[in-house]
Amino acid sequence: MIAFLVKRLFHALLVMFVISIIAFAIQDNLGDPIQQMVGQSVPESERAELREELGLNDPFLVQYARFAVNAAQFDFGYSYVFNQPTTEVIARHLPATLELVAAATFLIITLSVPIGVYSAIKPRAWLSRFFMGVSIVGISIPVFLTAIMLIQLFAIGVSWTPFPVDTAWGSWLNGVISTEGGMPAYGRGDPVPVFGTWETNFASLEGLTYLVLPAVSLASIMLPLFIRLIRAEMLEVMQSDYVKFARAKGISMRRIYFLHALKNTMLPVITVGGVQIGTLVAYTILTETVFQWPGMGLMFLDAIERSDIPLIVTYLMIVGLIFVITNTIVDLIYGLVNPTIKLTGKPA
Amino acid sequence: MALLEVTNLDVRFGLRQGEVRALRDVNFTLERSERLGIVGESGAGKSVAAFSLLNLIAKPGFIAGGSINFEGKTLNTMSERGLRKVRGNRISMIFQDPMMTLNPVLSIGEQMVECLKAHRRISGKEARAICLDKLRQVQIPSPETRLDQYPHELSGGMRQRVIIAIALLLDPDIIIADEPTTALDVTIQAEIMALLLELCEQHNVGLILITHDLGVVSQVTQRMLVMYAGRVIEQGPTREIINDPQHPYTQGLINALPQMATPGEKLNQIRGSMPSLSNLPSGCAFHPRCNFINRADGKPRPACTEQVPGFVESGNCRVACHMVAEMIEDRRLKEETS
Amino acid sequence: MNASSSALPSRWERFRDSYLFYSFKRDMVAQVSLVVFIALVAVAVLAPWLSPMNPYDLAQIDILASELPPFWVEGSDAQYLLGTDAQGRDMLSTILYGARVSLIIGFGAVALQALIGVCFGLLAGYLGGRIDAFLMRLADIQLSFSTLMVAIIVGALVKAIFGGETFSAYAVPLLVLIIGLAEWPQYARTVRASVLAEKNKEYVDAARVMGLRSKRIMFRHVLPNTLSPIFVISTVQIANAIISEAALSFLGLGMPETHPSLGSLIKSGFDYIQSGSWWITLIPGALLVVLVLSINLLGDWLRDVMNPRLYKG
Repeated sequence: MIAFLVKRLFHALLVMFVISIIAFAIQDNLGDPIQQMVGQSVPESERAELREELGLNDPFLVQYARFAVNAAQFDFGYSYVFNQPTTEVIARHLPATLELVAAATFLIITLSVPIGVYSAIKPRAWLSRFFMGVSIVGISIPVFLTAIMLIQLFAIGVSWTPFPVDTAWGSWLNGVISTEGGMPAYGRGDPVPVFGTWETNFASLEGLTYLVLPAVSLASIMLPLFIRLIRAEMLEVMQSDYVKFARAKGISMRRIYFLHALKNTMLPVITVGGVQIGTLVAYTILTETVFQWPGMGLMFLDAIERSDIPLIVTYLMIVGLIFVITNTIVDLIYGLVNPTIKLTGKPA
Repeated sequence: MALLEVTNLDVRFGLRQGEVRALRDVNFTLERSERLGIVGESGAGKSVAAFSLLNLIAKPGFIAGGSINFEGKTLNTMSERGLRKVRGNRISMIFQDPMMTLNPVLSIGEQMVECLKAHRRISGKEARAICLDKLRQVQIPSPETRLDQYPHELSGGMRQRVIIAIALLLDPDIIIADEPTTALDVTIQAEIMALLLELCEQHNVGLILITHDLGVVSQVTQRMLVMYAGRVIEQGPTREIINDPQHPYTQGLINALPQMATPGEKLNQIRGSMPSLSNLPSGCAFHPRCNFINRADGKPRPACTEQVPGFVESGNCRVACHMVAEMIEDRRLKEETS
Repeated sequence: MNASSSALPSRWERFRDSYLFYSFKRDMVAQVSLVVFIALVAVAVLAPWLSPMNPYDLAQIDILASELPPFWVEGSDAQYLLGTDAQGRDMLSTILYGARVSLIIGFGAVALQALIGVCFGLLAGYLGGRIDAFLMRLADIQLSFSTLMVAIIVGALVKAIFGGETFSAYAVPLLVLIIGLAEWPQYARTVRASVLAEKNKEYVDAARVMGLRSKRIMFRHVLPNTLSPIFVISTVQIANAIISEAALSFLGLGMPETHPSLGSLIKSGFDYIQSGSWWITLIPGALLVVLVLSINLLGDWLRDVMNPRLYKG
């Protein structure tokens, strides 16, 4: 276990090293802190002096070392736009994104496991076919389009009148297929402060309503993927000898499905899940754009728009760190579920 | 009445191209603590037979007819719940490949205890004690530590011992062993087989041994079935069949044993290979490979290519072969005339 | 896959007798998907001849006819079947041209990522050792960052380096480059996995014993045997590339509104959805979904039929 942890830590450091080099290269080539600090009017001689003073003429490695040491202390300089330390700007936007991701992850896990397992156990049932059909359509709809459709349906509302309005049954049917709208779809309302810069949408019912549409949109792209993955893996596991042997032992089907088969199914699902967390964060940029959700993704796009290089660099580093941490956690969970990992340090 | 009685068992697979008959007209009985061997090449239907006894054949396979009677109960029409009480409890199974049979993510202890708890109301402590006892019986060293280990920490031979221990866990009446040593190292095959036989003897357990190894069957079983292309083609007391095989296929199998070869000469082989079940030859399924299809006058026996042979009694054996039937008929006629 | 016979059947005959064609004939979903996909590609290619007006030509645009709804909604104009957008461009024309741009970028990006991915995958799988470790670690890092994230970051940087004007002018090749660079790991991993499986087979040893050079062995002997998984993931990758392009355009990192793809059409329409003009965003959206869905369904069918060893997880 300790060897495993050390190995993971080494891998994590390597990834952070690569990301930091990319981030530094961006800062070195695109950001000109002098111009941002003093503006256009200052004469060239003074700029050169300042440049020397800040160490911008030092060799690349020296500058990178300085950058890395500062980065390790979470010091990435000042945002041009906000004129604050970039880490403070990020800290203000981080909770919104994390809550959105948490809500979406919750939806994905609680829905994909039962649906995936059901459609593997009963592959021919009409409900399974329905889930499979919906999931392939779901995969084909880009997340921002799902978000727009949700806004049209539940925030703006749709009134369809294909049935005669002047009859009772007609207006009832029209009512069934039409939607009210009225769901909040802009920003996160009035989140409740918890501590520091952390404000939460989970504390009040009103806060949760703001979370519903963005979280559903964000979940919509991963959910079908996981349903299909769980179903495919489970179908494969159900064919295995150890499931047949468990049946030959006279174990109840429920125990076979939910212990013998599910535990083996979850191994590849956890691995894929670790990779998909990165995708989920990428999709927050899209979701936050559509819903004007004041998280890191929206902030990042804004930073790109205004060429706020330090903020962009900080975002990259922080997102990289989040990926590395979640991937390590996922690997740990994998190690806990898969007994073969403890001794050898890698899956057998 | 016999402990297990299989009559006219008929198993089919519903495939897209149509139904394939994987087993037909399988009849046999097993007495308490009797040892029965089922031999045949791969694809003959041995494993299908093993799995259908406990109604465990996977879709699209199903039992289309016949009956499997165990202690007076018909297993093939029994509810899933009823079957569960028999499986692993009264009749247990040993699979071919011990590397695949144990669940890789559950500890040995969990996989043993769950079997006990599925059939008996006992405490975890009692269950653990029984498991330890069984592990000792299959001669696993330091069983206490083994219980908490996972399958990948055990060698193939050790795993098969664990599987035998699981099969014996509830003191069953019958163990169905489907090629229990094929996947093991040659050096430990004999050891595992000896252990299995010894334990069956000790506990009065009936054994159905499925194998392609005629040598093993001849040494350890009292009666045997020879299967070919989903049918039993010869069955009876093992000694009689080995000493005086009637069916040309059985003769071929026995002649192909290395012990039967003359030093310096090639091994005897049966030419050709087993036909696919979805594309069986007409008449007797064995006729394209049969050396005796021609009659004394050099013409092929029409029945062999046209008619599926029925069973004839020959001594204590039953044989499905036109040639054997003809010979018996000839002998009977001669006896009558003399 | 093809039944070989001594009479050397023609290509068409071999195809007609193949399992691929056989299962296609039995699969309604695959047939419909293929017809829809071909139809969409055809109208996109023929957009300049089919569409009622040229949306790039400012002279043809009537700003007074802006935000007209499609024909089945009250207040529509028969001249504009699917209505008009906020600038008065005919929706039917813009989505045909938009689909064209989306498809060009999608196919271009997949060609590029296949080129990079297949070369890297072959190198990694065949040579092994440090090259393998380096390339696969790179692929892992990029995948753990997710391909969309990489595309967004690279897109943002490219835009920052070139500036908005230049970026817009060269948007199509730049997007092909960005998406191609972001998504090569999928190919590399798939190819590497099948190369590793093929590598130890006898025919490769035989080729080596015959003294063939590694390059020749790789391209003439190993590559053909990895084609079926490449073919299968290509369908998924085209769908992904089209979605990635749409996402980049939606974020303002893709095609400009003057030369829109389906993604930028959805983006420009989104501003008007609150005012009730849903068609400006949802009609290109629907076309995008149908296009991607037809590709995904074809990909599903192909995967079932060819059943290749795809790289897992």
